[in-house]
Amino acid sequence: MFAIYKKELRSFFINPIGYVYLGVFLVFSAVLCCYTTIVAASYNTSSYFRYMIFAFIILIPLLTMRLFAEERKLKTEQLLLTAPVTITGMVLGKYLAALTLFVGSMLFSCINFIPIYVYGNIERAGTSYSSTQIGPVTGQIFGSFFALLLLGAAFLAIGTFISALTENQLSAAVITIGVIAAMVFLNLLNSLKDSDGQQIISSYVIRAIIDWISVLSRFSTFSYGVFDFSAMIYYISLAFVFLFLTVRVYDKRRWG
Amino acid sequence: MIKIEHLVKNYGSNCAVDDISFEVEKGEIVGFLGPNGAGKSTTMNILTGYISSTAGRASIAGIDILSHPLEAKKLIGYLPEQPPLYLDMTVKEFLNFNYNIKGCTLDRAAHIQEICEVVKVQDVLNRVIRNLSKGYRQRVGIAGALVGNPQVIIFDEPTVGLDPKQIIEIRNLIRTLGKEHTVILSTHILQEVQAVCDRIIIINKGKIVADEKTENIARIVENNRRFNVKISGPQKEVLSALKNMSGIAYADVLAERDGDAYTYMIESEAGTDVRKKLFYEMSAKNWPIIGLEALGVSLEDIFITVVDQSSKGTVERERERKAVRRGERGRGRTTLEAAMANEMVDEAKKRRESQSSIGLSNLDEDQEDYHDDGTGQPGAEGKED
Repeated sequence: MFAIYKKELRSFFINPIGYVYLGVFLVFSAVLCCYTTIVAASYNTSSYFRYMIFAFIILIPLLTMRLFAEERKLKTEQLLLTAPVTITGMVLGKYLAALTLFVGSMLFSCINFIPIYVYGNIERAGTSYSSTQIGPVTGQIFGSFFALLLLGAAFLAIGTFISALTENQLSAAVITIGVIAAMVFLNLLNSLKDSDGQQIISSYVIRAIIDWISVLSRFSTFSYGVFDFSAMIYYISLAFVFLFLTVRVYDKRRWG
Repeated sequence: MIKIEHLVKNYGSNCAVDDISFEVEKGEIVGFLGPNGAGKSTTMNILTGYISSTAGRASIAGIDILSHPLEAKKLIGYLPEQPPLYLDMTVKEFLNFNYNIKGCTLDRAAHIQEICEVVKVQDVLNRVIRNLSKGYRQRVGIAGALVGNPQVIIFDEPTVGLDPKQIIEIRNLIRTLGKEHTVILSTHILQEVQAVCDRIIIINKGKIVADEKTENIARIVENNRRFNVKISGPQKEVLSALKNMSGIAYADVLAERDGDAYTYMIESEAGTDVRKKLFYEMSAKNWPIIGLEALGVSLEDIFITVVDQSSKGTVERERERKAVRRGERGRGRTTLEAAMANEMVDEAKKRRESQSSIGLSNLDEDQEDYHDDGTGQPGAEGKED
């Protein structure tokens, strides 16, 4: 498993894809952070994190599209499947490699917050109201950041699963974008209103179901700086289910 | 060392491997011979744990591949039909990856060095696999299979797409490996298994049709009864003389001409060597033999022999022969081509006869016929002169 992890991580950096991902991620997050906080003259980072989720729709498939599709196309999966490695080990090795790059890029994007803190310090020094909160709320940033990591981990697992279904990288990417976009935008259906101000989805039950499925609705509690244990379990089990399904895909192919 | 018991693999309703059983002893080199689509790769994929079987058991050194896959896979080095190479790695990185993934405990540097020397890839060690030629890629694939010094080595068509020099090198390599390892290799080329293997398992349509020592197969090959003989002399007389000669079961002229000499294909009756007799008879008639070439026994002939023994239905046999012929296309002159040449000669003959009887009454048809002759059978035209 560790050999596959290492190989996969390495292949991100000998192929352009890893650099494309890192470049796009860092530039996008920096620009977004700049516009949502400094340009908007606000210490509120919640919209930054919210928009980052939309960026994931494009960024996550970049990491996952080639994980299995490429191996299948070049028949190199035969090497992995006839080597003394379990299928679970293979799937986990690949998933963890993508996760490592994702978490690394997330951590690196934390430098975006430095200017906000610097501004906050300067402004606080210039005012006499020491009782009010000036500057970013660290708890909110931590909560949102953590939630974003969990969300990304779940999305990566979905991308991994889809990559195992096809041998074409491009179709893996397109399907992943479609699925993640659907999961992100599903929540917006609930807030759709017609001209009379009535909600278009009138049934409460359906709204509740959509709300339950939606990955976005669980995100909001974190963004208030509240640690939502059930949401964490939700994201982790989402990742687990899709990794399990990936293993099953390979098991099934062996038996097919 | 390797034991396969009643192996069955179905793909939907299509049966790829149908109740195969065999055993391979330690240190044996076994050739898996069969036409394309016979089930060779499927059997190997099952044996290496890449796919599972529908029924039956496969075990390596007593370890079942399905119930203890990790232990069994550690004993196997596998080179699939298409070598599984990571094109973006260098050869060194690829071998190191193989080393890691197999969880080797041997001394890394020395072990990889040794393998590189055996398969002769030292010169390209630091080159990216993408830039290597087909022959080198194949060798890197073999090197990958050898990492970890596995007891059992399985090669699926290891010489496909290589040039003759490389083929000889790879065969020598396999022979060397056979001294210390158990080797199974699959191929659809008879000469290949004859050259390297101790034992030949012939498989067709998912069934084993023969499991013989190579010497036994070689005996069939030596019992060669067919020759191409080039005789300088009048075609019709020579042919009828050949046909009337005792000891010759079959004779026909091929569409090949060399000056005033024609090539004839003859088949002697079983158990007789007609070559000397042929020489004296032809020389008595003053028709010099300017060439005599034994036709190599093809996989097809072995099949016919073997399948005859296993007394199958004629229709099925014919289908098998066709399948073999298809597989052999492009490997020099086959009996199929010879038969085609004969047909062409016959057709041309018939056409000539019908033309002369019809006369010039039906011009349109005649023109069409000429057109056909001109484009389709230039060789046959020349023959009749």
